[in-house]
Amino acid sequence: MGFDLLPILLSTLIAGTPLVYAGLGELITERAGVLNMGVEGTMVTGAVVAFAVALTTGNLWLGVLAAMAAGALLSLLFAVLAISFRANQLAVGLAMTIFGTGLGSYLGRPYVGMALVQDATQAGGGLAQLPVIGPLFSAVHPLIWLSWILFAAVWYFLARSRAGLALRAVGEAPTSAHAIGYPVVRIRYWATLFGGAMSGIAGAYMSTVYASLWTEGLIAGRGWIAVALVVFATWRPERCIAGAYLFGGATMAQLFAQSAGIGLPSELMSALPYLATIVVLVLISRDASLMRLSVPASLGKPFNPQG
Amino acid sequence: MSIRFELRAQPSRTMVWLSPIIAITLTCCVAMVIFALAGLEPVSALATFIFSPLADLYSVGELLIKAAPLVLIAVGLAVGFRAGVWNVGGEGQLILGVIFGGFIALTFGPTGGVWVLPVMVVGGAIGGAIWAGIPAFLRTHFNASEILTSLMLNYVAQLWLSYLIFGPWRDPAGFNFPQSAPLAPSALFPTLIDGTRANASILIALVAVGLGWALMSKSFVGFQLKVTGLSEGAAKYAGFSAKRAVWIGMLAGGVAAGIAGVGEIAGPLGQIFPTASPGYGYAAIIVAFLGRLNPIGILFSGLLMSLLYLSGDVAQMSLGLPSSITGLFQGTLLFFLLTADVLIHYRLRATSAAGAPKGAANGL
Repeated sequence: MGFDLLPILLSTLIAGTPLVYAGLGELITERAGVLNMGVEGTMVTGAVVAFAVALTTGNLWLGVLAAMAAGALLSLLFAVLAISFRANQLAVGLAMTIFGTGLGSYLGRPYVGMALVQDATQAGGGLAQLPVIGPLFSAVHPLIWLSWILFAAVWYFLARSRAGLALRAVGEAPTSAHAIGYPVVRIRYWATLFGGAMSGIAGAYMSTVYASLWTEGLIAGRGWIAVALVVFATWRPERCIAGAYLFGGATMAQLFAQSAGIGLPSELMSALPYLATIVVLVLISRDASLMRLSVPASLGKPFNPQG
Repeated sequence: MSIRFELRAQPSRTMVWLSPIIAITLTCCVAMVIFALAGLEPVSALATFIFSPLADLYSVGELLIKAAPLVLIAVGLAVGFRAGVWNVGGEGQLILGVIFGGFIALTFGPTGGVWVLPVMVVGGAIGGAIWAGIPAFLRTHFNASEILTSLMLNYVAQLWLSYLIFGPWRDPAGFNFPQSAPLAPSALFPTLIDGTRANASILIALVAVGLGWALMSKSFVGFQLKVTGLSEGAAKYAGFSAKRAVWIGMLAGGVAAGIAGVGEIAGPLGQIFPTASPGYGYAAIIVAFLGRLNPIGILFSGLLMSLLYLSGDVAQMSLGLPSSITGLFQGTLLFFLLTADVLIHYRLRATSAAGAPKGAANGL
């Protein structure tokens, strides 16, 4: 019995990509000191919006853009309450998940049971027609390529750019950042909107690329796994992308097990990503000093510029 | 001239109770907008939405039977929320109640006597407590976020129940539908009001309200939990154990949700389906906050949330809207509540250009 390595790698990529988007987005939000637990709801809304737009216009990219806008809009709501009004970030994040899930299932009702017909060559546009490297673009979806560009950009932004330094300063010591003239509230707004837009893409990817359909329960906790992923990554982008593929592999374990003829109940295999999330959370969180060093110092704490 | 938020010297007690009313009013406004967008006459549609679930005695029974699990779970969750313990695993804990209670009902129901139902309730409570105990243990021993672990366990519980119903518990006489065999009469709650489906699980919810009130308002443990929630530093200084607060907070929610799970299968359903809960574990979070984490308040907010569930069915049948509108309104309600809650700590003030108001250092 021999495993074919390429399909395994490819399906791991496919399953991990939504977590790359949502995880990197949430990572930027949290590095600015804002804990947005509404990723799940934002992803649900993004998935529905992208599916509806892609289905009506026949253009995947319009769907992705619409999902980004919807995600940013939802997180703007979060930002107003959690950053400007300094409401409890956990409560607002939860509200966003409940609201986003409800909104998604309401808006998505007419689309249940419909399928989005598209082929990858079309999504890749002209790139797939290129000689030699063309097949790469038809096998690996452009949204996956884009996620790698996003990773490079996020890494560069945090590690090398001046703006990234400002964002980290706001997350670590908002009072000092404020004192030397950084606009703490504005930076936190942008970080939150960015996270929302990325969650929107993550949702769009799920409904248009991963499943090509919309159904309630499509996101199935991936938003929450993305939040856990940021902790697992100790707030570092390179560990975040690695973790995303790890969870992607866990999601796909069910298919591998079936093809290898392992007779475990499919429900147990489906539970694997959730159980894995708990295990890695425990492994990372038990090291109190590592957590203290890694977590953005002001994470989840509201900032009052007046005092 | 502009409008500013000014920190109140004291949190407003009036606003604490006015805020839910503002949130409900605003949600009704949003509802009317949605009805209008759907081409309905907004005012009469809202009236249908709110009042038609209360038309007759049978409907009132439905209101009570749906409110019971919501109130029960919310009271349990509120114990934790007060202590700053974020148990969002009510849904999974409810499902564990279904699994444990269901096991007892299917195994002993056909042959057992009157003792089956009480044993189911105890079993469900244990199931919920185990499912809530895992995040509590991981939090107190490994410092893992109870929000994320309890949430992950919701999905695991749902898959476990699906496995049972699609596998070993599937009714052989059920035409291959994913459902268990009907529960024996000894495993069902007796009906309270003739002509309705309202059953004795409502009494359990009322007892929970009483117990919750006694625990939170009259006991020393309740005081310790409250202090822990308000200021962990103060609690530590006073010698109140933070770990104990996590355990009590999580277990209260777990026991309550587990019992609510038994109430679902031993109530109107009388059978176990893979979708044993229409999201009660999540909705109870809203109920707890809307009721101001106060058992008496939760009694009212639970009835309101129950009405919202029934209205969803009405929306589908008489207004031609999808019943998932309930979830949309639930989320809207929670959002408006959190927005209105800002006014507990801040007041709106129109200011002229001069003299920026002073804010205190502590936020919320």
